[in-house]
Amino acid sequence: MQNVLLVLAHPNLEQSKINRHLIEVVRTHPFVKVHDLYEVYPDGVIDIESEQQLLSEFDNVVFQHPFYWYSCPSLLKEWFDLVLQYNYAYGPQGDALKNKNWMSVISTGGGQRAYCKTGHNRFTMEQLLAPYNQTAHLCQMNYLPPFIIHGSRKLFAAPERLTATTNAYIEVLQQLNAGKLLPNDDVDNSNPLVGEE
Amino acid sequence: MEHNLLADAVMYLLAAVVSVPIAKRLGLGSVLGYLVAGVIIGPYVLSFVSDTKDVMHFAEFGVVLMLFLIGLELKPSLLYRMRVPIIGSGGMQVFLSTLFITAIAMGFGLAWQQSLAIGMILALSSTAIALQSLQEKNQMKSTAGQGSFAVLLFQDIAVIPILAVLPLLATSDVSTMAATPGELHGWQKGAVSALVIGGIIFGGRYLMNPIFSFIAQSQLREVFTATALLLVIAVALAMQSIGLSPALGTFLAGVVLAESDYRHELESNIEPFKGLLLGLFFISVGASIDFGIFANNPALIVFLTLGLMILKFLVLQLVGRFSPMDKADRYTFSFVLSQAGEFAFVLFAFALTVNLLPQDIVSQLTLVVALSMLLTPLFLILNDKLIQPRFAKKRTVPTSDPISEENRVIIIGFGRFGQAVGRLLAANKIGATILDHDSSQIDMVRKFGYKVYFGEGERHELLHAAGAEHAEVIVVAVDEPERSLRIIKSIQSHFPHVKILARAINRPHATELIKAGVVDLERETLAGGLELGAKVMQKLGWRHNSAWRASRLFKKHDDEMVEQLATMENDEKVFINHSLKTRDFIKQTLEEDQHWEHEVDEHAWERPGSLKKNKQMD
Repeated sequence: MQNVLLVLAHPNLEQSKINRHLIEVVRTHPFVKVHDLYEVYPDGVIDIESEQQLLSEFDNVVFQHPFYWYSCPSLLKEWFDLVLQYNYAYGPQGDALKNKNWMSVISTGGGQRAYCKTGHNRFTMEQLLAPYNQTAHLCQMNYLPPFIIHGSRKLFAAPERLTATTNAYIEVLQQLNAGKLLPNDDVDNSNPLVGEE
Repeated sequence: MEHNLLADAVMYLLAAVVSVPIAKRLGLGSVLGYLVAGVIIGPYVLSFVSDTKDVMHFAEFGVVLMLFLIGLELKPSLLYRMRVPIIGSGGMQVFLSTLFITAIAMGFGLAWQQSLAIGMILALSSTAIALQSLQEKNQMKSTAGQGSFAVLLFQDIAVIPILAVLPLLATSDVSTMAATPGELHGWQKGAVSALVIGGIIFGGRYLMNPIFSFIAQSQLREVFTATALLLVIAVALAMQSIGLSPALGTFLAGVVLAESDYRHELESNIEPFKGLLLGLFFISVGASIDFGIFANNPALIVFLTLGLMILKFLVLQLVGRFSPMDKADRYTFSFVLSQAGEFAFVLFAFALTVNLLPQDIVSQLTLVVALSMLLTPLFLILNDKLIQPRFAKKRTVPTSDPISEENRVIIIGFGRFGQAVGRLLAANKIGATILDHDSSQIDMVRKFGYKVYFGEGERHELLHAAGAEHAEVIVVAVDEPERSLRIIKSIQSHFPHVKILARAINRPHATELIKAGVVDLERETLAGGLELGAKVMQKLGWRHNSAWRASRLFKKHDDEMVEQLATMENDEKVFINHSLKTRDFIKQTLEEDQHWEHEVDEHAWERPGSLKKNKQMD
């Protein structure tokens, strides 16, 4: 059963390493529907109705993207702006996304240590991702702990850790698909397999 | 009186050519220019022309043509919507003016029959002067313009019963009037009239389109012009032969043809004839002013003329109160209709022949009519200079024109390219007036519900008829570079306010367009080719978004190159040198794009792809 929609937003996938690798592996698992925004909308003009139709077919939505300026690439922001309409995703009649699961899958260049109070990014990932958490909340979606891949470029140079990360990712997606991943589950937020240098 | 036709033609044309531009330059309007020209060449100043009656009679046909053109701009549905002002304002104006003028004439001691005749005749205003003045000021679409038009239309219809009543008044017996003699005759006449009018409507609706289509396919412009003139003259003749107003008949024909695809072409063909004949008419009115009679009793003539105009002005002020026009428009409305009209010449002559009015009264009143026509443009200037400024602040530009369906966009050339533009606009509810010169194309596209008009865009009369002075944008999408440039030149010289967007056939045409001052242009095949190119790249494994951006980047460079080429003179060497340089730059940029590596510094944000701007090209 295909019950995971993976919304991929990467403007430069051909030159990315970790994201391209992960998505290539994910594509071998048919339970995930990969929706590649920069491929589907090369000119940035998003078809709102078809996006909403697509969302209605899945219980689990995964947003996979690199972390640019503490946020997502611009086309995904456009997607949020347009697709999550009033009285569709939120507002008095907006419960189309109610009880669906939201999981952000984010790759960062910097290591985990950069994302803390004393690190040079000064905030934790949890703090920086608050807008996504709140977006999911407003849409009555379950905001699952994000899957974060820190130090992604260096990770690619270490084959064992790369394999471990990839496996962990697939595992999370499988649990999500099987409905085993619940918002209150004790999922390790800072995945031990990834991030640390 | 012997007429030397050529000498007279030279005189009339010379008078028009000299006086009208001067009058326009002085801000007096063309009508006054023509009238003054007529006075100057008339018997009392230079006496270059003598017998103006025949000329005036001939030139009255200009009024007929004018009504045909007005009819062309009025669809039946619009006319129906105007029924209230036509009957209400028109009826009120004619009734009240007739009433007061009759009363005053009786005060002068005339018999009531004569007074009533004078009242009815002088109640009518001059369609020629009023509409020409309004059109010149671009006020036909204002409430003043529409109100005036409604009143004038009612007057044109009223001429018919007036013509019928005048002989009855001459018999001067109340009892015979009440008996309404000739009942059967009237019935027959009614049947014939209905038949002719029905013929005009039927012919206009069902026969003219195929005929125009056939003529247009012959590609001979003069034959089309001849057909248009033939149509109008035939209708006028038919109406005259049954004793109805020719002007009314051609107006009706115009209304019927207002929905025709050839409407704009008809307008542009008839327009010059109308203009010339109206000019001729005004000149002959000027020349016919008999200053001998004026000299005999100047005080009386001045009193009658001013009295008539003031009376009509006051009546019109009252009528204006009952129609939805603001104060400023009410003044324009009242001034523009305050004179007596060209029908008065005909009707006074008629009243003379049926022995209703004596010669001396007819001569004096004819002079009063001509003088009131001469004074109208002067009063209108007074209105513009003294009265309108007082309302200037309150005046707002009317946003919608209830009488017109003029569009903000005109598309010239409705082939593959123009259709793409038009379809996009139509899908977004933006109406466009469409012109095309290929009548088989028109028939085809029309099947899909588009309104396409037949015509050649390089004629500015046609652009005028298509509403170019109200358009914001004209899209020139014809498929021949030469024609495209000719059309653009014509638009630029006649309608400088309009934004021109053009289809460029190829690169040389694009540079020509830029040289001609066109800023917005698209080469017809470039965008499509590059978009397909992007799809090719995608099939070869490029990311779609990257391919698309590469394609747009390429187009941007290419467009900029064409722009730069256009700034150069046709120096072959410079041209080649420059294009080589530009090519190098694009190559360099594209290479840079290819060999771009990730930043090594992990603290740098990943680069979301490259879309460089053209940095520096000389």
